[in-house]
Amino acid sequence: MLRFLLGRIGLLIPTFLGVTLIAFSFIRMLPGDPLELLAGERGIDPERKLEVMRQMGFDKPLWQQYLLYLGDIFQGDLGTSFVSKKPVLEEFFTLFPATVELGLCAIIIAVAIGIPAGIFAAVKRGSFFDQTIMGTALIGYSMPIFWWGLLLIILFSGILQWTPVSGRISLIYFFPQVTGFMLIDSLLSGQEGAFKSAVSHLILPSVVLATIPLAVIARQTRSAMLEVLGEDFVRTARAKGLAPSRVIGLHALRNALIPVITTIGLQVGVLLAGAILTETIFSWPGIGKWLVDSISRRDYFVVQGALLMIAAVVMLVNLFVDVLYGLVNPRIRHN
Amino acid sequence: MNIRRITKATLLGVSFAAVMASAASAKTLVYCSEGSPEGFDPALYTSGTTFDASSKPIYNRLVEFKRGTTEVQPGLAESWSVSDDGLEYTFNLRKGVKFHTTDFFTPTRDFNADDVIYSFERQLKTDSPWHQYTAGAAWEYFNGMSMPDLIKEIVRVDDYTVKFVLNRPEAPMVANLAMDFASIFSKEYADQLAEAGAKEQLNQQPVGTGPFKFVGYQKDAVIRYAANEDYWAGKQPIDNLIFAITTDASVRLQKLKAGECHVMPYPAPADIEDIKADGNLQLLEQQGLNVGYLAYNTKVAPFDKPEVRKALNKAVNKQAILDAVFQGAGQAAKNPIPPTMWSYNDAIEDDSFDLEASKKMLEEAGVSDLKMKIWAMPVQRPYNPNARRMAEVMQADFGKIGVDVEIVSYEWGEYLSRSKDVDRDGAVLLGWTGDNGDPDNFLAVLLGCDGVGGSNRAQWCNDEFEALIQKAKQVTDKAERTKLYEEAQVVFKREAPWATIAHSVVFMPMSAKVSGYVMDPLGGHWFDGVDIAN
Repeated sequence: MLRFLLGRIGLLIPTFLGVTLIAFSFIRMLPGDPLELLAGERGIDPERKLEVMRQMGFDKPLWQQYLLYLGDIFQGDLGTSFVSKKPVLEEFFTLFPATVELGLCAIIIAVAIGIPAGIFAAVKRGSFFDQTIMGTALIGYSMPIFWWGLLLIILFSGILQWTPVSGRISLIYFFPQVTGFMLIDSLLSGQEGAFKSAVSHLILPSVVLATIPLAVIARQTRSAMLEVLGEDFVRTARAKGLAPSRVIGLHALRNALIPVITTIGLQVGVLLAGAILTETIFSWPGIGKWLVDSISRRDYFVVQGALLMIAAVVMLVNLFVDVLYGLVNPRIRHN
Repeated sequence: MNIRRITKATLLGVSFAAVMASAASAKTLVYCSEGSPEGFDPALYTSGTTFDASSKPIYNRLVEFKRGTTEVQPGLAESWSVSDDGLEYTFNLRKGVKFHTTDFFTPTRDFNADDVIYSFERQLKTDSPWHQYTAGAAWEYFNGMSMPDLIKEIVRVDDYTVKFVLNRPEAPMVANLAMDFASIFSKEYADQLAEAGAKEQLNQQPVGTGPFKFVGYQKDAVIRYAANEDYWAGKQPIDNLIFAITTDASVRLQKLKAGECHVMPYPAPADIEDIKADGNLQLLEQQGLNVGYLAYNTKVAPFDKPEVRKALNKAVNKQAILDAVFQGAGQAAKNPIPPTMWSYNDAIEDDSFDLEASKKMLEEAGVSDLKMKIWAMPVQRPYNPNARRMAEVMQADFGKIGVDVEIVSYEWGEYLSRSKDVDRDGAVLLGWTGDNGDPDNFLAVLLGCDGVGGSNRAQWCNDEFEALIQKAKQVTDKAERTKLYEEAQVVFKREAPWATIAHSVVFMPMSAKVSGYVMDPLGGHWFDGVDIAN
């Protein structure tokens, strides 16, 4: 197991270096520069611009800038935002908990509904339920997130007034950030109604963010289940006279879960991509919105840093999934 | 995270809760702002969003724009005088003005001349220890308004008198000092930060003399302010001001309708009718102090001929543009300055839309088979909500007079930078929003000879026009300046370096419970004097 783990970690290092290069070059390949954008129609004096570019180290050759950047990364310094003048890492850790909270809730919703729906559809293959579930999943998968989010806001917050429109908690609650997770911080604050308010604010964005992963997980569970249900050992289990719930819930599901776990792991990347839109619609102060704002402002260090950190998170989650996969499936770790 | 931090935070939370509870009857106004402030030091930035969150609620300036106008009135300076040669501006400062007392700063003295000198010298003097207090401080506006060339020195006459000595007379000087970059900071607070080795906090935990004091900012989510109890102009009617950052216009409207906020800026044009029909909302509107234009490159043939530019101007269907692009929320522009600005020359007659006449004029100028490019901005701006659509309307009409138009566009930063090129190929759609309500801020910046290769996108340098605006810069008498600017507008119309297109109308939806809100012609959002019914 240790060798398996070390092998996986060894793979991460070149991947990480590759990501630093991509993140560094991506933002520099985009036309436009931060100073012109900051100055807008007013413009900036060319001499003054050169001076500021020099101060920021943007006058050096690109390869030199990259090496300096790489050196800084290994000292734990991702640079300073050109706009807010704050360290990138500090901003990341301020905003990241909001994205994690949203992402976790979304993945919980996606798994809690997607897996049972997939099993149900597989067991009742070809039935009306199966077609309804799979049809809904297809719609969910093709849903444009921005439109979907706005639609839910208008229905549930506007017309029915069941949920708040946007934000993380009602503005009447005011407490300092301790963990950054609003559900925990609202409990820690001891203010009456704060936790309930945080939950109610979390519902719509989580549902919107969960939509695509839910559809994917449901479809993946269904096809994996169908495959497993046709295997000999399932027939044997049935022939032994085991109760259908045991056959499906224990024998079939355990085997079907292997590809589903991989799918869930891969959904983390999808979630982070979806978070960009979801956070923008719901004014959710997470890293998605931060990244979008920073790209449009050409805030080089923030974009590089954010991409790097997001990539690191996706890599770590995938490492975790690989390990989990190894635990569930002994064939992997022994190979 | 350690136990101490949790305990401290919990205690803080409890104390905040107690404050909120004790102020159960406190009036809180929530503003759904359109974006996050870049920081809280207005001199470092240029965006209205940042100014709304920093200079407007937190700070004061020596002089202020009178609410809802571009007229200058006393602020932290009670009065001022200008020397006869126009080179010395002496300001008499207000006494007894207190800087905010916050969790992070307690002032020990009142506002005085040291604060004024600090606030400007940090921008002016490259050897000031505060000139580069944070990475990449470019002091955009201070430089953009040519302050470094203009200000010779700032003299502390006594505790309550400050004198600005200029290198040359500059009539708009007082109006410039009402701008956001001229906000007055506390030198005592700056010294405290420098001593603590935390200079960058100046941009994060602001202390001013303004109507509201800064309470806290949760990045990209919420900014909280409390009314300044000791405000020199009297405490505000509301107790708390909250900015709930909501970037999407449709979501802002939903929040406003749901009562989650009370005021919102920049509604989507498509929502205006819906807002007007809602009995719980009110909609204020005002003509923006802006202009949208098409700048020809007057250095490139055949656009170097005024006849050709005039002919093309007659083929611009402004009414069609107002309908298609501004959806009615605009007014056709005939002058380079908006009608709400003093010295606007209303006697000038606009070029009528007449394709036949236009065609004839082109023939007379000896131009046929003309091919040209129109540059369309890739972004939405207050003076032009949809440049691409605008360019398409022009393309269709120019086509009818035999002019073949190709529409081009670039990424915004590139667009701004490339459109400055003196040998640029094509006419550029762009615009301007006023900074200080002075005509000089439009005419000299956008059409003056100094702006060629820069903010003068028409690359137009006309001796007659230049002489008029230069003279207007140097005389202090407003009536005389008005005359000069009126004349300059006549020259502009005759020479036609631009096709002036439109001045937009700005809308501001708010809850019917809000009273006392006054729209700012300069586009800012102010909450002093605003009240809300319970």
